[in-house]
Amino acid sequence: MSVCGGATIKIYILKRILMLVPLLICVTFTSFCLLKVLPGDPVFSMVGERATPETIENIRKEIGVDRDFLSQYLGYLELLGHGNFGRSYYSNRDVMEDIAAKLPNTMTLAVAVMAIAVPFGLVAGMIMAYRRDGFVERVVNMFTIGGVSLPVFWIGLIIMLILSLKLRLLPPSGTGGFKFIVLPALTLSLPVISTLARVAAASIEESMGLQFARTARAKGLAPLKIAVVHVMRNALIPVVTIIGLEFGSYLNGAVVTETIFGWDGVGRFAMQGIIMRDYPVIMGCVITCTAVFVVVNMLTDIVYHYIDPRIRIQNGKW
Amino acid sequence: MASGKTYLYVIVFMFALSVMAPFMPLQGPERIDLESLQEPPGLAHPFGTDHKGRDVFSRVIYGAKVSIGIALTAAATACIIGTLAGMTAGYYGGRIDIVIMSVVDFAMSFPALLLAIAISVVLPPGIYSAMIALSATGWTSFARLLRGKVLTVKSLSFVDAARAAGCSNARVLFVHILPNCLRIAFVMIGIKLGGFILAEATLGFLGLGVQPPAPSWGAMISASRAYILTAPWTVFFPGLMITLTAFCFNLYAEKLKAACDIQML
Repeated sequence: MSVCGGATIKIYILKRILMLVPLLICVTFTSFCLLKVLPGDPVFSMVGERATPETIENIRKEIGVDRDFLSQYLGYLELLGHGNFGRSYYSNRDVMEDIAAKLPNTMTLAVAVMAIAVPFGLVAGMIMAYRRDGFVERVVNMFTIGGVSLPVFWIGLIIMLILSLKLRLLPPSGTGGFKFIVLPALTLSLPVISTLARVAAASIEESMGLQFARTARAKGLAPLKIAVVHVMRNALIPVVTIIGLEFGSYLNGAVVTETIFGWDGVGRFAMQGIIMRDYPVIMGCVITCTAVFVVVNMLTDIVYHYIDPRIRIQNGKW
Repeated sequence: MASGKTYLYVIVFMFALSVMAPFMPLQGPERIDLESLQEPPGLAHPFGTDHKGRDVFSRVIYGAKVSIGIALTAAATACIIGTLAGMTAGYYGGRIDIVIMSVVDFAMSFPALLLAIAISVVLPPGIYSAMIALSATGWTSFARLLRGKVLTVKSLSFVDAARAAGCSNARVLFVHILPNCLRIAFVMIGIKLGGFILAEATLGFLGLGVQPPAPSWGAMISASRAYILTAPWTVFFPGLMITLTAFCFNLYAEKLKAACDIQML
């Protein structure tokens, strides 16, 4: 820790947080533009086609879509500045409150996915690296390629059919405790295990050829100890990157998986918003997800600092 | 393991079968037959029939053309856009590089599927919206990769020679540097295709891709979802085809990567 005191890492973190602001403004602007060119008119879908022109005009005023584009956008930014995502066009509920209520569910599921994926992924990666070109390696390799080739919505339905509809072991859908989380977590962890295993294998193979690994072997240490303590620690960097990326982009798969399994999280909320053309809901979800993604990536960079002294952050730069 | 080309042939075969399908003795993919609802797989219908009596085998075969076609077109488009952006950034450097790469970083900070969904919602759903959505999320990897490649290629002496001979920037870039980058760009297409197949299926599943009753693997699964208990084959076979196609593309990409000795994340 002598190379880099606590002050520089603090400066670095501060810089990264400051960089979030322009990024999030870009994100809000882009998604706002996308939504404004939407062909469907939210007012029509709210009141139906038979409403009188006056009613439509009143609602337009109420939700502010009668103003010009820039003032709408600035109004939205002002709202955001007050920590507010606006109200849903349909339920008239506060979007920020809804997301705040659903985010813990999403996080629980994400953590459960990682709890399954990280140990299995690392073990599979070690098998692939240490049994290169053996029969076991080929089988594991095929499985990992299969894992990234499975559509999550399909394998989710198949798992649901077998485990809950046929065998009646677990509830097919809903939000709740351990029993409810197993199916969606299992489904979502399959591609993550595969990606993790492949990256870990490549990284382990690289570091087990290095000199320190030879030294450890020459010292007569147990092979398992070398593999776990010496080689694994050195191979962790790309693995941590992938864990971070997968955790952050977890929502990619979650939109579908949460919808299938009726898990009351942000992914399902976003999907409902998209189907109903509920602008405030879509915007709130996109901004939340992007923020989570960027923050997780930032945390990943900071974790590097602690697991690998060679890339300690210096003067707020790499 | 078989060689990489074998996997490519499987996909080419599926695509050819799909294109030739109208000339084969198959029940039309959109023909509704109320006499044979939800029949299990058998001689008359190898993959069974769905809740409207449509032949699942025929629909799956016809669907191959749509799914593989969309993935290929999207990959080609993403490759062209990404290559142009990446090469320009790498070649000119400086401010141009900063601007282009900030756009790339920004586009990458969106969750990819969410962006694809947003685009498919904005555009009227159909083949083109799915293609645009996929290319819009896929071009960034090409831009990153090609920028890095151009950075190394442009320092080689034949580039200096071309410049000394009085070639314009455009000529150096497209006639001298581009041929050296094509290989890596093609490998990246191979890597992306498996993911594109899955993403296209997901969009179809969400009702944002090709519109029913036209056969598309993702849309078939979402339409049959409600009948999974009574007619599981209507969900099983389209998904199997998606997995098989993505699997073949991914295995092929694996071989390509090994053959070209390229490390990419």
